[in-house]
Amino acid sequence: MDQRTSTESQLTSSPLRLDAASASSPRKSAAEGPSWSKDSGTAQSDANASRQEDVVFDVRDLSVHYGSAPALVDVSMTIRRREITAFIGPSGCGKSTFLRCFNRTNDLIPSAKVTGRIDYHEQDLYAKEVDAVEVRRRIGMVFQKPNPFPKSIYDNLTFGPKVNRMKVDYDEVVETSLRRAALWDEVKGKLQQNAYSLSGGQQQRLCIARALTVDPEVILMDEPCSALDPIATSRIEDLMRELQKDFTIVIVTHNMQQAARVSDRTAFFTAEVESETDDRRFGRLVEVAETSKIFSNPDDKRTEDYVSGRFG
Amino acid sequence: MAVSTPARPREQGTRGFRAPVGETVREKFTQFVLLLGTLVAIAVLAILLIDIALDGVGGLSLDFLTNYTSRFPERTGIREGITGTLSLMVLVALMTFPLGVGAALYLEEFAPRNRWTRLLETNINNLAGVPSIVYGLLGLSVFVFFLGFGRSLITGALTLTALVLPVVIVASREALRAVPREIRDGGLALGATPLQVAARQTLPAAIPSIMTGMILSLSRAIGETAPILVAGAAFSRRADNEPWNLTEGYTAIPIQIFDFVKRPQQEFQVEVASAAIIVLMVLLLIMNSAAIVIRNRYSRNR
Repeated sequence: MDQRTSTESQLTSSPLRLDAASASSPRKSAAEGPSWSKDSGTAQSDANASRQEDVVFDVRDLSVHYGSAPALVDVSMTIRRREITAFIGPSGCGKSTFLRCFNRTNDLIPSAKVTGRIDYHEQDLYAKEVDAVEVRRRIGMVFQKPNPFPKSIYDNLTFGPKVNRMKVDYDEVVETSLRRAALWDEVKGKLQQNAYSLSGGQQQRLCIARALTVDPEVILMDEPCSALDPIATSRIEDLMRELQKDFTIVIVTHNMQQAARVSDRTAFFTAEVESETDDRRFGRLVEVAETSKIFSNPDDKRTEDYVSGRFG
Repeated sequence: MAVSTPARPREQGTRGFRAPVGETVREKFTQFVLLLGTLVAIAVLAILLIDIALDGVGGLSLDFLTNYTSRFPERTGIREGITGTLSLMVLVALMTFPLGVGAALYLEEFAPRNRWTRLLETNINNLAGVPSIVYGLLGLSVFVFFLGFGRSLITGALTLTALVLPVVIVASREALRAVPREIRDGGLALGATPLQVAARQTLPAAIPSIMTGMILSLSRAIGETAPILVAGAAFSRRADNEPWNLTEGYTAIPIQIFDFVKRPQQEFQVEVASAAIIVLMVLLLIMNSAAIVIRNRYSRNR
């Protein structure tokens, strides 16, 4: 993918491709950042050094088109380390599309075209030499519908380490990830059972555990609770708060209360109509700020209308 | 069909919740017609089976299975037919599985969606409907003459492979397509390559259906007469030939049945042919049962 229009590399980017040995090394400590971004030149001039450390993703003028139809236009924002960032907005506002840009899942849709720039620790994610597969290992994803593999719980959790040739003790990975996903006590006696035998909420926590097995830095969650009942939802929300200590989380949600409950920062997107003659809709970022500000004192009238339930 | 519910006036009441007159009759009548269709199909099959069983059971014996074909009805057997059919089956399976599943995986998981792949898909779908005798002619001209394999076992196996390959590809593609998109997404999100996802998640999840399609295609292949007859199967095989010798002549049960039926003696036409048909059907039944067993075992272990 090399369809960027703006901000052509003033940074000389290093490839995101890692060899097997470094892929299996433990995660870098928080302050250090990934070693492969060390040589990627100086930071953006407008960001001071200490803030730059906390920025995981720096999005500039990002647009996504499906064929000729725009899905998302001109988004610029940052995602900060170990924060939970929530994307809210009405249907069709492109928030899921945006989320899928962060681990290059949109690449899998042939008609999708991404322009603009997303920097992950100052590495352009869409640079020509960046390997999307490697990006997806660093940046995990949890989907709307729980999607465990039709295999045993154990096999679900060892798949990631296996395909990434991580030299780890599988039993240990399974136990650690299940404990972190607050699922261990419920399934420790039945690891060989098919994952489909779990309840919906358990399946979703298994999917979160599965995302943790490859030791990502970021976890993207695309409406992770929309298929779950309130009790299962609340467990996932508790889990997110717990995971926030070690991971950066980006969550798309239809549920404003959920955004208000779990997130540190919230981005509000809106769907705009292309023109009077063309009612195809595309998304635009309206406002991004601390969650408390978005829900109590937003700058934009449209945000206020949305969070107060006047539309959407 | 859009159905509009007319607002019924409330004062009409429940009328004891009785269905409108005529609706029940129509309902029952439709069900009866459908049942009739089912019964006709089953009846035809039953008559066929009973007829063959009555005619053929007298001819069945251990000798019938182990003897070579003979000019005398009481001494004849279908040994070379059984071994030939089994050899064909193994060879066709060995060639069809990798080719068919490979093509399906490519088309379903990796091929770009463009004019050429669409053309390819249309062709494969059409090939699945080509009359089997055409494959016989293909076998005759390509394998027997052009490639010079002669009227040998390998020619028969290749001809039957060409015959069932399109069906296996179509069935395998259906099986792969039935694997939920989410499973692929889940694999890719863990940093697996598309190939790893296809090999370790999508294909294993689709294997039960693929195996079912595969075995059913194989049963079709070993029941076929026309293509291998055209492509040079013999009516018998010399006793000193090994049944698995790829480059020698061969025969198969359906070919032998054809041979028996056109012999002048009544015993051959009725008793011996029916006995051979029973053997062939038992073989097919075993294969279809195997398909069910395999599918169940895989589904349990998933």
